[in-house]
Amino acid sequence: MEFVNSPTTIEPRKTSLNAIHRRLGAKMVNFGGWDMPVEYPATGGLMAEHRAVRASVGVFDVSHMGDIRIMSGSAPGGAMAAVQHISMNDASRLEIGQAQYSAMLYPEGTFVDDVIVHRLGQDDFLLVINAGTREKDIRWVRENTRGFDCVVADLSDAYTQLAIQGPRGVDVLQKLSDTNLNAIKNYWFTHGTVCGLKDTLIARTGYTGEDGFEIYVPSDEAVSEMVWAKVIDAGREFGILPCGLGARNTLRLESKMALYGHEISDAVNVFEAGLERYCKMDKGNFVGRTALERASSTGQKRVLVGLQMIDRGIARDGYHCCNERGAVIGEVTSGSPSPTLGKNIALAYVPPEMAAIGTPVYVEIRGQRHKAEVVPTPFYKRSKPATARQVTKAV
Amino acid sequence: MAYPPQYRYTKDHEWMDVKSGVATIGITDYAQHALGDVVFVELPKVGSKIETGKPFGTVESVKAVSEIYAPATGEVVETNVALQNEPEKINADPHGAAWMIKVRLTNPAEINKLMDAAAYEAFIAEKNKEASA
Repeated sequence: MEFVNSPTTIEPRKTSLNAIHRRLGAKMVNFGGWDMPVEYPATGGLMAEHRAVRASVGVFDVSHMGDIRIMSGSAPGGAMAAVQHISMNDASRLEIGQAQYSAMLYPEGTFVDDVIVHRLGQDDFLLVINAGTREKDIRWVRENTRGFDCVVADLSDAYTQLAIQGPRGVDVLQKLSDTNLNAIKNYWFTHGTVCGLKDTLIARTGYTGEDGFEIYVPSDEAVSEMVWAKVIDAGREFGILPCGLGARNTLRLESKMALYGHEISDAVNVFEAGLERYCKMDKGNFVGRTALERASSTGQKRVLVGLQMIDRGIARDGYHCCNERGAVIGEVTSGSPSPTLGKNIALAYVPPEMAAIGTPVYVEIRGQRHKAEVVPTPFYKRSKPATARQVTKAV
Repeated sequence: MAYPPQYRYTKDHEWMDVKSGVATIGITDYAQHALGDVVFVELPKVGSKIETGKPFGTVESVKAVSEIYAPATGEVVETNVALQNEPEKINADPHGAAWMIKVRLTNPAEINKLMDAAAYEAFIAEKNKEASA
């Protein structure tokens, strides 16, 4: 036996909930330089965590994510102009209290990182970025906003970020907050009291393809542990489980949400990743736009598709994809068993002529070709919004 | 879970139970814990040869792929085909129902190089101490 996640020698960073994870007996891994829980075997492990989120509710410590605030400088409008310049979605379409999926691009039209942009005020934004790219992102944002009248603040260490995900997430969090959570629409947020903490950012966002919330509380260890404990207590009646990065990955993969370093990177452009609906070419200039204009006229060499294994075998990140004649034509970016579907699924880059639904693609697993086929994505889509589900239940 | 005293163990967390020159081989409770929920297992064909220290099969959890190393050299005489459809047995009963292969040993004396249960338990206790440090 040889285990893939071997310990590394560099001391990883810890979130304020690290002691809690260890007390719960979580299996810890180094993820992007952070000592994070991958699963909690004592409470059921990855599969159970995945199912809890799909069927009811789970809570994730996602404090390793970074947070960049961009505020106006001496005159209004500077922060808006800066955010428009460094991100591909159109931040001017956001109302105050609304968030959007977006990305920061290199001049080549490839990814610095994907982000969620929150509009906190008229000229005040919060960008939530990935853990593994934090330092790079912050440097990049500072460099690329230098010509704008704005203030950039790295708030990454100020927050403990908890994701309360699943159809009962709203019920759990409502027990801890006097804010009417049902009034918060998907990808909107508000500031309210949570666990007695005033002015807490409460966002109806997540990375699971399920309804849910992300809350941002002070990163003080005692406060973080208090909030975690209260969420677990409030969720007990719904069977809440602490969830690790393992379930986070299978949940996002089923929902075809991109992961930096896998589906998106500095070598992949927006069109290849299939994220052009979040890229607003008509909003004016932004970093990467010129290259994307060129790319859209020349067409793509590869596209991201969903695969389902037909033969017995699990496609994994980095495995080669072949055509029927055995020639390597692409690569798996993320692959895993799907706990919800009970099938082995993957996302992969293949040439456009092999992207049609039903096309056979062969995945090379330990030197042998295993048949898969292109299937529609997302692999999983939640059936009803939370409110509709409640109505159905009442009837 | 107890480590059967009649078994012998490797540093790579395989166990071997030898009876009249035929070894039954599986992975240990420590290994299944480290893997998490096992969802896939690939075993060699009956008649194939395995060689000490070389991989003979694969177990996969949702998260990870792990190779299984041969604790001894010999010829595979039987495989546990039930594991194909019920890989979760490896989590439930790693030292019993989830045996993986039976091998006719080329040199049964090889077993003397492996750890007994007490030595293996001391070995994993040390590993657990490292992990929690």
